[in-house]
Amino acid sequence: MTLRARSHLDWLESQSIEILREVASEFSHPVLLYSIGKDSAVLLHLLIKAFYPAKPPMPLLHVDTGWKFKDMYALRDQIVAQFGVDLRVHKNPDGVARNLSPIEHGAKMFTDVMKTQGLLQALNMGQFDAAIGGARRDEEASRSKERVFSFRSASHAWDPKNQRPELWNVYNTQIERGESVRVFPLSNWTELDIWLYIQREKIQVVPLYFAAPRPVLERDGTLIMQDDARLSLRPGETLRTETVRFRTLGCYPLTGAVRSNAASVADIIAEMLVSRSSERQGRLIDHDGSASMEKKKREGYF
Amino acid sequence: MLHDVLVGTTQSDFERYLDAHENKSVLRFITCGSVDDGKSTLIGRLLFETRSLYDDQLGALEKDSRKHGTQGDAIDYALILDGLAAEREQGITIDVAYRFFSTANCKFIVADCPGHEQYTRNMATGASTADLAIVLVDARKGLLTQTRRHSFILALLGIKRVILAVNKMDAVDYQEPVFCQIESDYRTLGAELGIGDISAIPLSALIGDNLIETSANTPWYRGKSLLDALQAAALDTTDVSESAKLGFRLPVQLVLRPNQDFRGFAGTIAAGAVSVGDRVGVNGNAKSLQAQITAISRGTQAVATAIAGDSVVLTLDCEIDVSRGDVLTSLAQTPVRSDQFDAKLLWMAPHPLQLGQSFRLKLGTRTVNARVEQIKYLIDVDTQSQRDSDVLELNDVALCKLRLDQVISLERYSDSRILGSFILIDRHEHATVAAGTVIEANSSNNVRWQPMQVSHPERAQQKRQKPKCIWFTGLSGAGKSTLASGLDRALTDAGQHVYVLDGDNLRHGLTRYLGFSDSDRKENVRLVAEAAKLMVDAGLVVLVSLISPFRGDRDAARALFGMDEFVEVFVDTALAVAESRDVKGLYAKARSGQLRGFTGIDSPYEAPLNPELHLHTQGREMADLIGELLRVVNGNS
Ligand SMILES: Nc1nc2c(ncn2[C@@H]2O[C@H](COP(=O)(O)OP(=O)(O)O)[C@@H](O)[C@H]2O)c(=O)[nH]1
Repeated sequence: MTLRARSHLDWLESQSIEILREVASEFSHPVLLYSIGKDSAVLLHLLIKAFYPAKPPMPLLHVDTGWKFKDMYALRDQIVAQFGVDLRVHKNPDGVARNLSPIEHGAKMFTDVMKTQGLLQALNMGQFDAAIGGARRDEEASRSKERVFSFRSASHAWDPKNQRPELWNVYNTQIERGESVRVFPLSNWTELDIWLYIQREKIQVVPLYFAAPRPVLERDGTLIMQDDARLSLRPGETLRTETVRFRTLGCYPLTGAVRSNAASVADIIAEMLVSRSSERQGRLIDHDGSASMEKKKREGYF
Repeated sequence: MLHDVLVGTTQSDFERYLDAHENKSVLRFITCGSVDDGKSTLIGRLLFETRSLYDDQLGALEKDSRKHGTQGDAIDYALILDGLAAEREQGITIDVAYRFFSTANCKFIVADCPGHEQYTRNMATGASTADLAIVLVDARKGLLTQTRRHSFILALLGIKRVILAVNKMDAVDYQEPVFCQIESDYRTLGAELGIGDISAIPLSALIGDNLIETSANTPWYRGKSLLDALQAAALDTTDVSESAKLGFRLPVQLVLRPNQDFRGFAGTIAAGAVSVGDRVGVNGNAKSLQAQITAISRGTQAVATAIAGDSVVLTLDCEIDVSRGDVLTSLAQTPVRSDQFDAKLLWMAPHPLQLGQSFRLKLGTRTVNARVEQIKYLIDVDTQSQRDSDVLELNDVALCKLRLDQVISLERYSDSRILGSFILIDRHEHATVAAGTVIEANSSNNVRWQPMQVSHPERAQQKRQKPKCIWFTGLSGAGKSTLASGLDRALTDAGQHVYVLDGDNLRHGLTRYLGFSDSDRKENVRLVAEAAKLMVDAGLVVLVSLISPFRGDRDAARALFGMDEFVEVFVDTALAVAESRDVKGLYAKARSGQLRGFTGIDSPYEAPLNPELHLHTQGREMADLIGELLRVVNGNS
């Protein structure tokens, strides 16, 4: 089954390409969720390879919250121009109308409205029957049991007790109108594989992954970077310049930085090989409640 | 261990190190054992020792260990593997979880499979993508029924290489004879099941003996530690391609057509290798379907050669008809072409299999309609004994005969895990109801099918009708022949081309040598069905009037026909009513014992479960019944 004549990166790449092609062949309205981070960068790279020399036969969707890092928006716009991909941006208008902020309204509510609800709105509006995401099984316990093609009911619900068995690489792609699947071509990749592949393929990623002096403050034990004036200091907080980088990227007030000197992809890999903290640690959202990720998935969060 | 490499190394050392990490071998394996054999502890510990857990995960683990664990305040490695909240509460793993760890040279993907008996399907899922299996046995207990069951499923899914982990050696004072006895028992089992490559390791997952390094507690053991054995397997290239002997196979996934000048065939090579300049065929080596490879690309890169496992795009030197589902093949060795084959089926749905029911079958990149025509025998997963059965229930394994609605390219599972495996999908609920492995394709090499110039659709078109078989079943005297005759009249009057095959009439000729034993009745139904099939093929609407008391026989008849070419009509007349009519005086004879094996009296009638039409005849006018028949027959066309 596994291919020993080629390296694990070739094997992973080949398998992901096969999955992307399967989606394009079997679904009428697929979409690739593009969140600008390193996993999305790898996904986009694979998408272009999978259909080359044809253009990717599906649009990209960015569920925006209005609170991403400036560097992320810059890379997104550059990538669109560079690869000529069809990128659609959706920002939950309810949240925008209510002027929701992750700082004032809290991570939980903000994420629920802008990310979870926003995603569902965008999927419904686009009538997408397959949504490709960059989740990996090594990220989190409930994801370790996730299928590559994960079936969702018409209300986008995920039922962990009622998943389709998935044998070999034979994917059941049959669904009823209104139902959909989430597809995870990076299921078998680990965070280390992602960085090794970025290194090998020279894939451009947001500079925030690399260490640089940045203005940060410490809040609830997490280093937060002040990316614009919307984040103001609370009493007792001070802004310092520290050499930091990010292991994952999301909304800037919700994303913790780590102190690091890793300024290149090779540095990051070296750091990873000795590092002992998982990438999700920087995401504030995962910390409330032990099985919280599983609960979010049931509700339709990616 | 990673620190050592990094601290104080030069730049080029680091580059070499990085290079090794970019070029690992992959090994996918599955772990199986019964509940409490120590599987979770074993895998948890492998992850821990290879530093595949992060500090924050360890922190959470220590917290969880105190809350849910079984090891007091110490770390309970087993908890690393517990995923879903509900499962954690029950304390058992009920779904396949995939875990990852790596060393400098190898990347491992572990399918952690549940030991709970109900979940055969999960084990099959994990085994389907694995190269190797670790079978756990508790040294205190030796081989259990589950050990045999799990090993059978491994063999079913084609796993040839097993590491027998004899765990909890600490609990038997590391006694060599205990280990040797279990090893020898397992080798016997392996030989029986066809698992050739077995290595046994004495272990203590809890203490860590022989896990990463060989242990002083087992000085008598000369083999490798578990991690070393896994690495050796990952680096072993002897079975690089189990399908090398097949020759090149590319199941076409999609056709890329970005502009007028480019037509590329995309897919993942299932077997063999291909080079620019090679001549290939589509599904075989027919002259009209051959072409030469003009270019191969992997991603954006043009390459001269590609091998099994590579996702590629191929271009050809001439325009031949190729689409998704076709298989590009070497000309020397071509795939089996067949529309019927024997396969081992693992039934995975909560509701049982009904013979003759139609499914979607996906094999490689091809999806077609399929029916299970026959259950040849069911295999007991615990004892591997075979028995007859008319149904397949959840987690049953059986050798079945399948028939497709078209000829496809396939291979035996033992030759190709890709072109020899398939799933069955429920047509309505779209659930994956079964997984199958091709055992033997019945392309009957000696008796060849002669292709004819005039096709079935052409014959149907000529008669301006939709040919089909209307199958009347019911008790003797239920009114089958009367209804068939009436329908014949009505359809013929309407200008259709119809013929009636009446069971009684046929017994004067075609089937006159048959009696009324169960096996003769079966053969009787088969002959009539085959005759009806020929007539339908000839373009006729065929009305069959036959008691056909057994469900299995009728289902087998149904399986001969196309998807909407078979209409089963259950002529439902109460026994008392049929008996009171007794037009032929047969009931009287049966009651008086002059006639043996008479349906309804001393031989059973199995009513259809899902007939296309269920006709309750009592109290209804003939014209009314014929009207209903016409609606169903015409509505179906
Ligand atoms: N004495 C001993 N106990 C073990 C060993 N491995 C696991 N156990 C214990 O056996 C029990 C079941 O282990 P667990 O890993 O949960 O088993 P699983 O059900 O197969 O996953 C736990 O109490 C473990 O601590 C071992 O090598 N020696």
